[in-house]
Amino acid sequence: MARIIVVTSGKGGVGKTTSSAAIGTGLAQRGHSTVIIDFDVGLRNLDLIMGCERRVVYDFVNVINGEATLNQALIKDKRTEGLFILPASQTRDKDALTEEGVSKVLEELKGRFDYIVCDSPAGIEKGAQMALYFADEAIVVTNPEVSSVRDSDRILGILQSKSLRAREGQDPVKEHLLLTRYNPTRVSAGEMLSVADVEEILAIPLLGVIPESQDVLKASNQGEPVILNVDAQAGQAYSDAVDRLLGEDRAHRFLDEQKQGFLKRLLGGRG
Amino acid sequence: MSTPDFLLKGSTVTVVVLELHQYDSEAFPVQLAERVARAPGLFQGSPVVISLESLPADCGAVDLAAMLQHCRDQGLRPIAFRAVPDGLQEVAAHTGLAVLPPGGGRGRTIEAPPQEPAPDIEVRTEQQPVSAGRPTRTITRPVRSGQQIYAEGGDLIVLAPVSEGAEVLADGNIHIYGPLRGRALAGVHGDATARIFCQHMDAELISVAGHFLLSDALGDTVLRKPAQVALDGDVLSVSAL
Repeated sequence: MARIIVVTSGKGGVGKTTSSAAIGTGLAQRGHSTVIIDFDVGLRNLDLIMGCERRVVYDFVNVINGEATLNQALIKDKRTEGLFILPASQTRDKDALTEEGVSKVLEELKGRFDYIVCDSPAGIEKGAQMALYFADEAIVVTNPEVSSVRDSDRILGILQSKSLRAREGQDPVKEHLLLTRYNPTRVSAGEMLSVADVEEILAIPLLGVIPESQDVLKASNQGEPVILNVDAQAGQAYSDAVDRLLGEDRAHRFLDEQKQGFLKRLLGGRG
Repeated sequence: MSTPDFLLKGSTVTVVVLELHQYDSEAFPVQLAERVARAPGLFQGSPVVISLESLPADCGAVDLAAMLQHCRDQGLRPIAFRAVPDGLQEVAAHTGLAVLPPGGGRGRTIEAPPQEPAPDIEVRTEQQPVSAGRPTRTITRPVRSGQQIYAEGGDLIVLAPVSEGAEVLADGNIHIYGPLRGRALAGVHGDATARIFCQHMDAELISVAGHFLLSDALGDTVLRKPAQVALDGDVLSVSAL
């Protein structure tokens, strides 16, 4: 039976789409057939991050409205075997997402994939609620700053009260915390919340900590999920997070400030 | 969501019970007047339940309407009959007063000065339970920002954190075993004896029976420490536990 995983946050710009792309790719790399759905109707981004924007013909809304079949809309990833993308429509708005429509598409995808990753839009309105409604698990992407933590707390409340699992009284949605843009130097300087601070406020299990890095921005601009960059710390951190998602035990890395050599500091090298 | 105009609640009130041992239409008003005269303030306007439990079965017809009038003449306000014998059911129903089932026989006699002959009437106060117990609501999962939990008619126990931007309310007391970072409002229907207890006081707002304090008012002795909140007169006091 396919697992539906929503990647959500409440707040915008914290790294939901980057994380969806990385985690979806990681699951497929490990041999699980995976589809990533972009729920951000009207502001689609996933296709850019996945580098398949030129191959979008039909989209999620077309499938919901019966204007295209799932096969026509699904885009096969060229780099990773077993990975597909279902892009969002750029010309519609969130009202195009109906509960019946989304349910029908998800049912069909469940028969074909092991994992369905739903990339949620920001906010707590209809788009975000539809993205999390059918979820079995939720990855809550949070930056180490107070407003992001507050919004994550809010979205956790919505998961507990407005998801299908909550409505039908089933086992609650399994929650994971993914801390992104973590910068140990700024944590030491008191400019950022620490992992412990965020864990204490949100009180959910920590899936991973992704260090703040130029590699993430570079990967996004190149349309290549950062997890494919095995030399980058961010890529390795996402890899660890996927392993933990699959139930493996991995120690958290990149949490501490790195000592910079005198020369490196002098030459302005990155940490 | 619209607020309902009313709330149905169970509550326990203390009332005067007039226990009738026998009824003599001439002696009753005289004895009652004497009894009331001894403590006029005690009975003026006081609600009273007339108990027919001790009335002998063979007492015959009792003119309940006339008896009620005697009570009212003395300033009492009869509100109900208790344990009405079968023969008097119809008459009792006619008076328009409520009919209560027999009581449990508890209660104590109101102390009155020693008196010569045993009178026909004995006045007792007694707890009249209308509904038993207060429901307690127990929450085991974190109360998140934007969520609101209300324990209607009773206490609230939260075994998890209450986040900033979350709100917990109760008609009774509130106990929070995780950190309290949101708002907690106890006694929201005016119960001034309600209290808030928490293990980690870091609240945005605390309130008992409408009197509230904001986080700025929390001193170092209680901030992020186990504390309780209670109403002391008109002042909300927060003290370390």
